[in-house]
Amino acid sequence: MSRLAGTFARLKQEGRAGLVTYVMANDPDAATAQKIVDGLPDAGADVIELGLPFSDPMADGPAIQAAALRALANGGSTKATFELLRNFRKKNTATPVVLMGYYNPIYIYGAERFCKDAAAAGADGLIVVDLPPEEDEELRPYAKAAGLDLVRLATPTTDDKRLPTVLEGASGFLYYVAVLGVTGTKSAAATDVQAAVARIKRHTQLPVAVGFGIKTPEGAAAIAKHADAAVVGSALVQIVADTKTDPVTPMHKLVRELAAAVRGAKQGAAA
Amino acid sequence: MTALNSYRAGPDERGHFGIFGGRYVAETLMPLILEVERAYTAAKADPSFQKELDYYLEHYVGRPSPLWFAQRLTDELGGAKIYLKRDELNHTGSHKINNTMGQILLARRMGKKRIIAETGAGQHGVATATVCALFGMPCVVYMGATDIERQAPNVFRMKMLGAEVRPVTSGTGTLKDAMNDALRDWVANVTDTYYIIGTVAGPHPYPAMVRDFQSVIGVEARAQILKAEGRLPDKLVACIGGGSNAMGLFHPFLDDRDVAMDAVEAAGLGLDTGKHAASLQGGKPGVLHGNRTFLLMDGDGQITEAHSISAGLDYPGIGPEHAWLHDIKRVNYVAATDEDAVEGFKLLSRTEGILPALEPAHALAHVARIAPKMAKDKIIVMNLCGRGDKDIFALAERLGVKL
Ligand SMILES: Cc1ncc(COP(=O)(O)O)c(C=O)c1O
Repeated sequence: MSRLAGTFARLKQEGRAGLVTYVMANDPDAATAQKIVDGLPDAGADVIELGLPFSDPMADGPAIQAAALRALANGGSTKATFELLRNFRKKNTATPVVLMGYYNPIYIYGAERFCKDAAAAGADGLIVVDLPPEEDEELRPYAKAAGLDLVRLATPTTDDKRLPTVLEGASGFLYYVAVLGVTGTKSAAATDVQAAVARIKRHTQLPVAVGFGIKTPEGAAAIAKHADAAVVGSALVQIVADTKTDPVTPMHKLVRELAAAVRGAKQGAAA
Repeated sequence: MTALNSYRAGPDERGHFGIFGGRYVAETLMPLILEVERAYTAAKADPSFQKELDYYLEHYVGRPSPLWFAQRLTDELGGAKIYLKRDELNHTGSHKINNTMGQILLARRMGKKRIIAETGAGQHGVATATVCALFGMPCVVYMGATDIERQAPNVFRMKMLGAEVRPVTSGTGTLKDAMNDALRDWVANVTDTYYIIGTVAGPHPYPAMVRDFQSVIGVEARAQILKAEGRLPDKLVACIGGGSNAMGLFHPFLDDRDVAMDAVEAAGLGLDTGKHAASLQGGKPGVLHGNRTFLLMDGDGQITEAHSISAGLDYPGIGPEHAWLHDIKRVNYVAATDEDAVEGFKLLSRTEGILPALEPAHALAHVARIAPKMAKDKIIVMNLCGRGDKDIFALAERLGVKL
């Protein structure tokens, strides 16, 4: 069983939702990002999304845009991201890592080589924001051959007619983008999320992780009631922008709070 | 493209010109892009849509634009006969309104209530703000903070036309970032908003749709040169930012094998300086803003900044159909530097009494290079796609004149 499948199976057994944390590789620099990522599992992250820095992140709001530019200004690159991941895997072989980014750096690295090197570095899956199902056959076979899950995105505009297109060839989990907008701006209403997850579950057995706009432990708990996992990104990345000296400690503190809230959510719902 | 009996058949149904083009957008936008495609396909097949567009092009934009035989310029250069397609005489001063008029009519058909656009030089922003004023629709224009500074007259025009100009400070604060922010706006306002892209770039169907709307330039020029000379020209010349004025002129001639075509990219300080906007000659294939095309980037695939004296050419990419025409060698891609463009500007002003925009001034620089080497019975048609009023401040500064 893949690390992702194993993790979601375990979460199901434990009767709780998972916490997926997004952080940007090399943000603000290689050494600090390494400490951030290395400490995420102990702080309570069930899955790590590792952002591949890109100069033109069209689907991201100001927080992640700034993170990408900080990373690039300090030596961030696809190679540096693999290096970070390799170092992480020396200490942790249990927590799934999904690389999330845009297609151009992958295309330039070479889709086949990228998948091989990503898998060798210890990645479990890929999310490529600007590679919709209509275009991703240029990556999918290589991801499959390397044993990487290709995680697809669904949004409020993905209607029932389109969902099967999105789900065809999807693996690992489905990432439901809960709001119409870029990352880190609006927040989703829990009721809308509940309906959307129920709708998606009618089409697939895949676990559904919900993200975009989740900023606080309370927000994460509200989403975790209805989803298999809650994804938090901008709120974490913003800590790097806001702390001048050491972002590692406050970042892990927020992750612990988020994890506690997410872990309590389903019990809270049952009680 | 398999059946290659025509150069005009592309793109395929998924928006590909050879390996270029496509629809590389986030999932939130995908259903919208498909909706735009469906709506455009239906409009194209509806004679009443074309009739409505023709009406506005004739009575509001001022089409057809003249094809002017530039006698004094021809004499001065001493070679081929030079004709200028005068799209700078359009309302708002450039070819950009051919496209914004087409797209706003489509947006209205689709029942959209709000228009957004990106702009570099401000010409597309002005052309969008203009049609929004004409039809009473709210308009938001994204413009890089750097460009706002160097194109102040156009910023003022947009504001007078009722548009909100949103300065873009993300990334490098230029046209590519303005396009990113426009896409971000669209993702957040999918139900009521229509995005009018200003050039033959973006996800399918935009490159084909913008080309179709701009093709009025080539269709007119073809009829006009046949009337004036009784034959087709030997060469077409146009400048390239994203490539819309060039596609508009070239496309109706693509299957006329005897008509050669030169497209002029902005070489900025020089192709070998790294400070230019020549994506085809200085870039490589990649994926940005919804399509695969030639892009300026570093070895890691990070998009790099373009440089040109002309804000309208300052884009690190080029429309995917150009990338394909380059690959199959149907169009010849050349370059002109900032300095060449300034000389082109002066040359046309002096010989023909026309101040060209800095964008077509690049095309003029190329014409000045090739015309003297061509025989006197050869014919060049150049797209004079914009007038220079917007550029006088930037030019005066460069020439050391205080206004
Ligand atoms: C007068 C003029 N020409 C050319 C361009 C470049 O665009 P394109 O290559 O799409 O024609 C611009 C863009 O702003 C322009 O204003």
